Amino acid sequence: MTTVTQTTSRVDTDVAGILLTAFAGLVLVFLAGFAHASVLHDVAHDSRHAIAFPCH
Amino acid sequence: MTKHLVSSAVFAGLVAGLCAAVLQLLFVTPLLLEGELFETGARMHFAAGSAPQSDAGGVSLAGQSMRHALTLAMDLVTYTGFALLMVAGFALAARRGHEVTLRGGLVWGLAGFLAVQLAPAVGLPPELPGAMAADLVARQIWWVATAASSVAGLALIAFGGDLVKGLAGAGLILLPQLVGAPHLDTYFGIAPPELSAQFATASLGVAAASWTILGLAAAYFWTRPAQS
Repeated sequence: MTTVTQTTSRVDTDVAGILLTAFAGLVLVFLAGFAHASVLHDVAHDSRHAIAFPCH
Repeated sequence: MTKHLVSSAVFAGLVAGLCAAVLQLLFVTPLLLEGELFETGARMHFAAGSAPQSDAGGVSLAGQSMRHALTLAMDLVTYTGFALLMVAGFALAARRGHEVTLRGGLVWGLAGFLAVQLAPAVGLPPELPGAMAADLVARQIWWVATAASSVAGLALIAFGGDLVKGLAGAGLILLPQLVGAPHLDTYFGIAPPELSAQFATASLGVAAASWTILGLAAAYFWTRPAQS
């Protein structure tokens, strides 16, 4: 059963790696959705409105 | 296994971001461009001294390919960010003995939509360009707090394992809505209400589809046998 080996390999992931991954996700969402820098705002304008982040 | 975490998330984010961008271009961007006609005053709705009705539709996506390409790029970034967070959630769940399956990914995607899109939208509806609203930073803080509280609430309900934790989870979901989103004490809408409503529902519908795809794609790449 391949499922069993998969389960074992996935559980191996250490907490530091998980936190780092989550932090990277937060950074990307912040840059695309929340950063006030006007260049980022202009580039992301339509995307922010469409995804319903507060924009203006 | 951190490499597997990140690679699953990046693949899933690219798939979901691409789908989101295509759906947005089809269903959301035309409404957004129409909203800009009212934002700039090119069209007026119920303006003093003019007719109480205004033209509808008639916008084209053509001629702004750079703008739409940037929207695609930012959707890819945003959904890759969402995917990294979701896959980190998969790994945490797996550590607690809840291995994610492909079908489970569907539930993760829908739950992500509920917590990260629908719950903040209850207080702060998706806005057309030109909509007047309360202070941006206050709205961003409420938005982030609501999404975080809703994620924590859903996680308690899903993994808490007993009624008390389930009720605490429901409380976490309800709390930001009871506090209430920052709003102005006057209405300033310049766009027709029909257009604003259509924009809000189209935006949420596209988000629901994109998050469902994100959950499925993330679970697909996550459950693929690790290459050794």
